[in-house]
Amino acid sequence: MMENVAEKIKKSSAFYCLECGKCTSVCPISRFNNSYSPRRMVAEGLFYGGNELISDNLLWSCLTCQLCSQRCPVDVRYSEYMRDIRAEAYSQGKWGNPSHGGTFHYIMDMLSSPNLKQSRTGWINDNLKVKTKGEVLYFVGCLPYYENYFAKDFDFSPISIAQDTVKILNYLGIEPVVMDNERCCGHDLYWLGQLRQFDELGQINLKEIEQTGAKTVVTACPECALVLKKLYPERFGSVNFKVKHIAEVVAENIGKLKFNTIDMEVTFQDPCRLGRHMGIYQQPREAMLSIPGIKFLEMPHNKQGAICCGTTNWMNCDTTSKQIQNSRLIEAKDTGANTLVTACPKCQIHFRCAECGEETEKVGIKLTDFVNLVASALTG
Amino acid sequence: MPVKKPKTKKKSTNKKFVPNIVAFACNWCSYAGADTAGVNRIQHSPNFRIIRTMCSGRVTPAFILKALKLGADGVLVSGCHFGDCHYIFGNYKAVDQFEKTKELVKTLGLDEKRIRLEWISAAEGPRWAQVINEFTEQITALGPSPLNHKPKFNK
Ligand code: SF4
Ligand code: SF4
Ligand code: FES
Repeated sequence: MMENVAEKIKKSSAFYCLECGKCTSVCPISRFNNSYSPRRMVAEGLFYGGNELISDNLLWSCLTCQLCSQRCPVDVRYSEYMRDIRAEAYSQGKWGNPSHGGTFHYIMDMLSSPNLKQSRTGWINDNLKVKTKGEVLYFVGCLPYYENYFAKDFDFSPISIAQDTVKILNYLGIEPVVMDNERCCGHDLYWLGQLRQFDELGQINLKEIEQTGAKTVVTACPECALVLKKLYPERFGSVNFKVKHIAEVVAENIGKLKFNTIDMEVTFQDPCRLGRHMGIYQQPREAMLSIPGIKFLEMPHNKQGAICCGTTNWMNCDTTSKQIQNSRLIEAKDTGANTLVTACPKCQIHFRCAECGEETEKVGIKLTDFVNLVASALTG
Repeated sequence: MPVKKPKTKKKSTNKKFVPNIVAFACNWCSYAGADTAGVNRIQHSPNFRIIRTMCSGRVTPAFILKALKLGADGVLVSGCHFGDCHYIFGNYKAVDQFEKTKELVKTLGLDEKRIRLEWISAAEGPRWAQVINEFTEQITALGPSPLNHKPKFNK
């Protein structure tokens, strides 16, 4: 076991760690929970071979947001280090505290069963044009499940993100393919170190995508985009389609989209997967600025330095997460904006969670998805 | 533990599917109701495993989904009648959570008839037996769950 961990430490170049502590000083979790420190996690792995690390519940708290890797002078790939140590811990039967009692992990697990015939396309109404075979595919992700689970409590409709994505694509004259048998992309399982389940989901998805003949896959979820673009090729070799987040599609086609004027002061939450993991910062900003009437205000922590929405992988959500969310919402409000735009459905779910409850002191900034904003401004 | 049926000597050739059912019963009413059914020796189908929770309000979507994930063919959630819940509004909460679960189960492509919510009081032993029999019949008719990788068949 010890050798296993040592091998993994080597792969993430943690041996180069200088113990400068820059990671801990930027980590959003360490800011509110001083028993968590990425520097200590690295040191523990190096000096004690990771034995203690494996049974440490804080192992599951890291958001894999890569803010620390951004600052690390010797390029320690901390998120990968976490993933690999977690894989080892998982193989020994250790696990963190899943949010929502593990509902979403069970769903992911069930979705890896090839026998399942989902009925997940009920949201496609008469106004939306989709196909079963074609060049462009829209990968919906877990939105139908989020709709079932969150719509009532949080007073917003996650599935409207899917509907508006198709609306935008239709506006551009694209009739996207939507798959009936699409599975969860497996993003969360990957970062939790459950690579066997991740591979099972990936194999089903790649086969399904191949059958549609798609050359381009569009998604409105940064996590799906990251998985399809980078993680599937990493696990299965190259894939024969291009992957684009909807923000890229909109930015590329600004000339073709006609917008009404909407009066709004907005700020933008860079999702970690879209930003630091994939380097997409400009496209959503360009797209929003092309809508007349929109005033764009930047938060102090933006782009490479953006702060995560506080929870990832539906794991270890606790008071620290809520504090991160709350301080981020305050930061957004302080810019003077009245709406915080996110490009990740999960960011919005997490922020809404921080604002829900009758006794919660509310920051009171409106939340909307990038896709909803763009679709609502389209003419005709 | 449910008692195994004594094996019948005659061997019939047509196989019959035997469902695996998980029943969540709240401590204060339904679990006692099941007990009443047992104490009164009311014969009922033995294909369920009972899990006692303090209140039906504790049964979140995760409980039901985990049971289904592990291969249960049906899941029953049972609590006190409205107004009788030991924790006053626990069973109202149960309704909300059950509705959510139902939606998730439908999206997953499983038949929503595989999960069921019932109110059974401590005195209603016969009703417990009846619900279990009905539900077992219903699940047998639906056949094995697509997530049940080793369905049981009686010879
Ligand atoms: S990846 Fe993010 S949450 Fe994890 S240690 Fe680094 S900064 Fe902290
Ligand atoms: S920033 Fe990099 S070098 Fe500095 S303590 Fe963290 S992991 Fe080590
Ligand atoms: S205690 Fe029986 S339903 Fe709440």
